[in-house]
Amino acid sequence: MLADALLIAGKDLRIELRSKVGLGQMLPFAVLVLVLFGLALDADDALLTRATPGLYWIAVLLAGLLAVQRSFAVEAAPGVTDALRLSGLDPAGYFLGKFAAIAAQLVALEFVLGLGVVILYGTELGGPALLFAALVGATVSIAAAGTLYGVLAAGLRVRDTLVPLLLLPALAPVLLGATRATEAALEGDLGDGWGWCGLLALFGVLYLGLGLLFFGTLLEET
Amino acid sequence: MTTLTPTGSDATRERAGAPVGTGSRATRVLGVLILAGSALGAVLGLVTSDPDVVQGDAVRLFYVHVPVVTVMYVPVGLCCLGSVMWLRKRTDGWDALASSSAEIAAVFVGLGLVTGSLWGEITWGTYWTWDARLTSTALLFLLLLGYLALRRYPAAPDARSKISAVVGILLVPNAIIVHYSVDWWRSLHQPATRGFDWAIDGNQLSTYAVAQVVFLLLLVWLAIHRFRLAWLELQAERRDLEVALVQRAADDDFSGGLGA
Amino acid sequence: MAPAVPSDAVVLQSAVVLLDRFPALAGVDLDVARGEIVLLRGPNGAGKTTLLRACAGLERVSRGSARVLGVDVVTSPRAVRRRVGMLARDEGLYDDLDAAANVRFWARAAGADGDDTDRALACCGIAGRVGAVPAARLSTGQRRRTALAVLLARRPELWLLDEPHAGLDRAGRDLVDELVVDAARAGATVLFASHELERAESLATRIVTLAGGVVRTDTGSPEVTGVG
Repeated sequence: MLADALLIAGKDLRIELRSKVGLGQMLPFAVLVLVLFGLALDADDALLTRATPGLYWIAVLLAGLLAVQRSFAVEAAPGVTDALRLSGLDPAGYFLGKFAAIAAQLVALEFVLGLGVVILYGTELGGPALLFAALVGATVSIAAAGTLYGVLAAGLRVRDTLVPLLLLPALAPVLLGATRATEAALEGDLGDGWGWCGLLALFGVLYLGLGLLFFGTLLEET
Repeated sequence: MTTLTPTGSDATRERAGAPVGTGSRATRVLGVLILAGSALGAVLGLVTSDPDVVQGDAVRLFYVHVPVVTVMYVPVGLCCLGSVMWLRKRTDGWDALASSSAEIAAVFVGLGLVTGSLWGEITWGTYWTWDARLTSTALLFLLLLGYLALRRYPAAPDARSKISAVVGILLVPNAIIVHYSVDWWRSLHQPATRGFDWAIDGNQLSTYAVAQVVFLLLLVWLAIHRFRLAWLELQAERRDLEVALVQRAADDDFSGGLGA
Repeated sequence: MAPAVPSDAVVLQSAVVLLDRFPALAGVDLDVARGEIVLLRGPNGAGKTTLLRACAGLERVSRGSARVLGVDVVTSPRAVRRRVGMLARDEGLYDDLDAAANVRFWARAAGADGDDTDRALACCGIAGRVGAVPAARLSTGQRRRTALAVLLARRPELWLLDEPHAGLDRAGRDLVDELVVDAARAGATVLFASHELERAESLATRIVTLAGGVVRTDTGSPEVTGVG
């Protein structure tokens, strides 16, 4: 299973390096979202500062959606799904591989967006341990849920509108948890923050488990 | 050429009892009870029960709202159950249960949202407050809409059922996580007492009891009809298939030029 | 009921395959022994592609029985997949990866070893410069050769080829014929669908005609009489 996961993840990242869609499209999109928020909120510094955690995570979520859709668009090339089924790859390994590649892209995204909020919104970072934990928890959660819902819409022609509708309500708790934890970290009031990280960890583990369980079933039908 | 005998349709039709409609004696009895109960409930709720000490007449909305939000989780659970059992047994009945329950759930959750929102408007002057119940109910509604959108997607019926089953199973953990995280979130903010304290007694209690029973019966009645409808649709699909099989095999010279 | 003889590569009895409720295969009976090279021919829409896919375990057989390489593909279609190789009309290549990277990926995914992969690449003419071209920019013939290399590297027991000569130049078609003959000699079984009847009929040891989702004529099976 792990060998298959590495193979798939390697393939996805190699494709990303070749096509540079993440670099050339998703990152700019995410930064664009941050800028647009600034426009919409009238560059009111106080407002932006208070809203930063929420805005940051929304930007991550939206760009993450793109990452998920891109990840499965690649597999929608003619004949690829059949080839995957024929290859005898372990579905669980395939899930992990996809998950890992998406998570890696999310991490890069989060890093750049972090720079973005520091520069654009003048955020002052704090509570590094809590921030890190929140990032890890949220990344795992978004990548796991995204991979699971992404595959089931992968073969369907309406995938572009269906995946967000399925994924975003399911990720609402992640948005909640990540935002609250980030707020706690930035304000230096760490107490509740760790609780929210716990929620993120729970969610991430749950979806990893569900993904490993159901991915094979979903792959068969797309 | 093999003769194709429809294996499923006739036998199951006999079992179902009513081949052309979804009504039956049970549902007719239920229907009458519901009508009677609604009439009674309307009289009790709107006329004879006392207005609340605190909320005045606004409390009458509760005779609809509370029963709805109490029973709305049942079809959600049924959808999950149907999905799990379908993956294991692969029979039409479980598939029909999952799809019909989700629709009923959407109706009740939507109704719960609307009534809750109306109550908010009457009591506090806003249609929406970000209180825990309302927010998690709204998210549940969106989750259900996603499931229903998936159900409508035109695909091979088996594939569609399989994918829907997985998403259907996910509904329950999603709903639970959403509920608890939103609850916790709002509890941290200690908003000005947004919750309601409804200490009921006397004829308010009996009115509420009537309303609760009526809505429960309504849920059952709707669920039975919708389930039967879904099940009949599946049987109709199967019967179409039999016809298509026979036609296809008889497609002898349709393609013409079989020789080199 | 005769037990599945090990020398049978494909045994289908009244197999029905549904595509979106349409019965693409409406009761196919077919018995292919190992080592045979079987040509599937018939008009468009006859069910040739579906038959090949069903043998690969890619389409569900909803009725009847189907055993491929001894595996009951009605109940466990996944079990047979690694042992078959399919050359479909869609090559199944990642557009952004170059040809050689595609072959290596798919070969490794199927558990083939590096030597087989290198040999396959060389054999199909994908080693070298062509191998470094991203799949999206390959010509049709080059894509077909790449897919052929993937098939070769897997060393399948059952070859399922859907119009293998299509899109290839003369040299490419000769290559396919050569590979098919070599594979059969080595003990593999080949099932291929083709409209290139001249070439195909001289290649095949047996000719099966499909129409309307059922087998109409079969040179290898005396009981199936021609209809119409």
